Amino acid sequence: MSVLGLSLPRLRLNGLLGMGILTTVVLVAILGPVLVSGDPLALDFRARLMGPGPGHPLGGDEFGRDVMMRLIHGARTSIWIAFFTTCFAILSGLVVGILAGFLRGWTDRVLMMFNDALLAFPGLLLALGFMAVFGASRHGIIIALGLAYMPAVVRVVRGTVLSLREREFVEASRVMGNSEAVTMMRHILPNCLAPVTVLATTMFGWVILAESALSFLGLGVPPPEPSWGNMLSTARPYAAQAPHLILLPGLCISITLLGVNMFGDAIRDWLDPKMQG
Amino acid sequence: MTEPSNAPGPLLSVRNLTVRPGNALPPVVQDLSFDIAPGEMLALVGESGSGKTMAARSVLRLLPAPLRPDAGSSIRLKGAELLTLSDREMCRVRGARIGMVFQEPMVSLNPSMPIGRQMAEALRLHQRLSAAEIRDRSLAMLERIRIKDPAKCLAAWPHEFSGGMRQRIMLASVMLLRPELLIADEPTTALDTLVQRDVLDLMVELTQEQGTGVLLISHDLGMVAKYAPKVVVMQAGRAVEQGESARVLSAPAHAYTRSLIDALPRRSAGGHRDRAEAPPLIRVEGVVIDYPGRERLFRRDAPKRAVHGVDLTIGTGETLALVGASGSGKTTLGRAIVGLVQPSAGAIRFEGHDLLQPGAQTARLRQKMQIVFQDPYSSLDPRQRVDRVVAEPLLLDRGLSAGDRRDRVRQVFEEVGLPWVLAERLPHQLSGGQRQRVAIARAIVRNPAFVVADEPVSALDMTVQKQILRLIRDLQARHGFACLFVSHDLGAVEQVADRVAVMENGRIVEMGARDDIFDRPQHDYTRRLLDAAMLIDRSFGVGAASAAGAGVPA
Amino acid sequence: MLKFLLTRIASAVPTLLIVTAAIFALMRMIPGDPAVLMLGDMAQPGQVEELRQRMGLDQPLPIQFVTWLGKVLSGDFGQSIATGEPVLPLIFERFGVSASVVLIAVVLASVIAVPAGMIAAWRQNSLGDVAIVGTATLMLSVPSFWLGLMLLTVFGLWLGWLPVVGYVSLADDPTAGLLYLIMPVLTLVMVEAGAITRMARASTIEVARLEYITHARAKGLSERAVMWRHAFRNAFAPTWTLIGLILGSLLANIAVTETVFTIPGLGRMLIDGIFARDYPVVQGCMLFIAFIYVAVNLLVDLIYPLLDPRVAA
Repeated sequence: MSVLGLSLPRLRLNGLLGMGILTTVVLVAILGPVLVSGDPLALDFRARLMGPGPGHPLGGDEFGRDVMMRLIHGARTSIWIAFFTTCFAILSGLVVGILAGFLRGWTDRVLMMFNDALLAFPGLLLALGFMAVFGASRHGIIIALGLAYMPAVVRVVRGTVLSLREREFVEASRVMGNSEAVTMMRHILPNCLAPVTVLATTMFGWVILAESALSFLGLGVPPPEPSWGNMLSTARPYAAQAPHLILLPGLCISITLLGVNMFGDAIRDWLDPKMQG
Repeated sequence: MTEPSNAPGPLLSVRNLTVRPGNALPPVVQDLSFDIAPGEMLALVGESGSGKTMAARSVLRLLPAPLRPDAGSSIRLKGAELLTLSDREMCRVRGARIGMVFQEPMVSLNPSMPIGRQMAEALRLHQRLSAAEIRDRSLAMLERIRIKDPAKCLAAWPHEFSGGMRQRIMLASVMLLRPELLIADEPTTALDTLVQRDVLDLMVELTQEQGTGVLLISHDLGMVAKYAPKVVVMQAGRAVEQGESARVLSAPAHAYTRSLIDALPRRSAGGHRDRAEAPPLIRVEGVVIDYPGRERLFRRDAPKRAVHGVDLTIGTGETLALVGASGSGKTTLGRAIVGLVQPSAGAIRFEGHDLLQPGAQTARLRQKMQIVFQDPYSSLDPRQRVDRVVAEPLLLDRGLSAGDRRDRVRQVFEEVGLPWVLAERLPHQLSGGQRQRVAIARAIVRNPAFVVADEPVSALDMTVQKQILRLIRDLQARHGFACLFVSHDLGAVEQVADRVAVMENGRIVEMGARDDIFDRPQHDYTRRLLDAAMLIDRSFGVGAASAAGAGVPA
Repeated sequence: MLKFLLTRIASAVPTLLIVTAAIFALMRMIPGDPAVLMLGDMAQPGQVEELRQRMGLDQPLPIQFVTWLGKVLSGDFGQSIATGEPVLPLIFERFGVSASVVLIAVVLASVIAVPAGMIAAWRQNSLGDVAIVGTATLMLSVPSFWLGLMLLTVFGLWLGWLPVVGYVSLADDPTAGLLYLIMPVLTLVMVEAGAITRMARASTIEVARLEYITHARAKGLSERAVMWRHAFRNAFAPTWTLIGLILGSLLANIAVTETVFTIPGLGRMLIDGIFARDYPVVQGCMLFIAFIYVAVNLLVDLIYPLLDPRVAA
């Protein structure tokens, strides 16, 4: 679109940069532990609270564990949890949202009443409640955050389904003689995927942030297994002596989130029908 | 520049106006020149993309971001150049000396500001008046435009008024400043026929009272012929022809002007005999349709009745036009016949079988009925390739192989005049007219016995409208399907209908053969509708236009 | 208008009821017998039985829920297992601390971010716009607890300008209280301003292309008047909702910030409760935070018609 002259190249650049960051983090998470051998749990007392130096490119932590290995494994933890949580939230949200929007009537009302109640839990509260009850664990986080974020997906999907139902191409499908199920699968579901993709990208960022916050509070990934959040938490007492222990995990989270946000913006603009020529 | 010697000099003088987005890109307006004398009305006419709106906005210097006039352009108001004014000086011209009325009344008033404040705003800015004086003037103006309770209106919000009322209010608030020039950008396109007439009459009254010159932007030649003495015809950014409307429209010199005039509604053959004697295909008997009321927390509002007991028949191969204003229930009735809306009482019989009784027979018969919607953009799945769109109904015939389907789709593409190279495009890659052809192809691909066409051309440009209407008629002649043509546009109806039913407030007030309705309307509402519809062949005569068109070399 | 208010208020009741039930159910899913938890492992079976009866744990669940709901409504949130103190007064005390941080932060963030977003939108694609959007996206990507830790390290540990550990109430000592508030508030302002800026920008861009903005210009208004008089109110409406959501959810998310700066707020009380397995405290905090969230959103919705008169129609 030429009218927007300036904005398109900028968005492209932004999107590419975001995608680059995200791809790098994902690659590190998948391949890092394979390519760089080393144990994130191995203790080396000479490297205790040591800054970057020989043998430990990014220094050692309060027990002398290699920070670089821990960051790499932390990336794996974050991406792994964010991926499965997002999948869980999106898939269950899709099912419930489509059911509500499709069946309407009482099913819709009951489902939405519960959904709205879940939405009435602010931010981390629901996840905190789940973690309190079931204890800190990887699977616990996925279920807790998945359930906490599902209602947002339900809202978006149901809203999209309801508005698509009124669109004329869906009515045309009905007049054609297609059954409701065929109309749903052929016309409504594919058109839901754009907003859901946008939401999934944003949610991926939310989950990384929430997981690191939970881990920081001690209610996420339990130590000694490394995660960026719990690394920050255990490094707190040593902030003065070894500031790199605070700096590095936080930088990892921030850069990853920046990548996700920029990529998300690009995806949203790209899928926006107003931007399509 | 030669000025006419008998006039005191033009009010507005546009010379060599060229507007483009950035330097290298092609212009949207090119080399446009025209004059408006004080108190005179001039119309810029053209189809979408002709640059008429951008030309008008250049006068107020309100072009959207990258667009701007080239260096050689000149726009003078009473001899003073506007394009070189500073922003601050330009602000003193806007509103005070040049007013503007916009197309969409629903979005051109600020929804979060009461009417009174919006009216007062420009007055306070441009004239030194006390609050009491401003209020008095606003009240007087509202009274002048026949608003029932002016004081209440000042305190009201825009959303409390209908589109027509908002357009009057906007007109009032602009004319309150007694501008020398009024720019009216398609001021009535979004309104119903009857309301259109009202608003235009009011505009002419007010501008003549105050001696205001008018620059009218329109796509509607009928309207221009009736109201504007001078016209500039624009195509792809250029003025192809200009002069006295009567001369331009009766003896067009340029081929494009002729094609525009050719696209004007013209009565087709047929429609003079009542085809009710043809075997009835569809009988609508005492159909009542209610819309469920809005859902509240613990109860529902009372349902709203959209259609009150309508009877009508449509014969095999016949076209019945259903005419009425928005909210008359015509669209609802059309949708009920194809099963998109469930009537609360009555019967809809198709080949004698009541479609309101569920069952296999009903489902089978329903497949013989199809619909073409108004907006060809939203009626096609944005993610489906257009050949798939057309092929989709064929999937219901289990006997057809993929090859059979492809052959049939190809055949239908040809019938509706779509080149096969477009088959793999997505809907948004086609023009409006092409999209509507795809929608028609989808409707006829299984040879239906009956098609509902719900305002099928009102979203399209004039010349495209003409082609689509002709296509519908041709296809009907070839395949013999019956058609319910739902429209508010009497011009379109005149071209395709055999019979016409006029709806008002959910009831059919008059029904008969087309020529009877158009030439000898019985009901008062029908007369008013016909009166308001600015059919050009009643102002100029078809004969004059085509005779002149044949006589003048291009 | 009155009808709109009443309908909106009434619609919050079922939500609150389900929220309450959900928290009740969640707490009942905790493995182990609450009576045993309260008495500790050393308790005699007889004692446990007696406490179970006293707590009504021998009743069917729905009855238990109704009894508990009745108590909650009369202000009895139970007693802390750890200290034996009633939970509600404790919550109120801690809430005051959290609320002062959150309120100051959200007000400051809005005052900075809303104009920034609108100015960016008004000069869309300019250098200023790029800078504002870039900064906002960056701030959106920085986790509050890390930002807090960094501020703490730099200004507290290295430079020694600001106190590192603890909290002094504003009421007790305004000057010292303010010093203790600076870093937590700054952290929250920076983190939340990003989201608000982006929202304000997006909705202003949406409004700026509407016809009534061009209409306002055609009246001869200056750009400044068009922006503040016509664009602001309409563009602010969606941002207002977002600010409400942030205000409400910060009470839950602030646990993280309170941990960083060791502030004795409601969030910290919840986390400490979780670690101490002090379930009456956990239950009480969750209930209270959810109630406040619903109430804030209700308030935001009730004010909304002032920004957009169409919703009350």
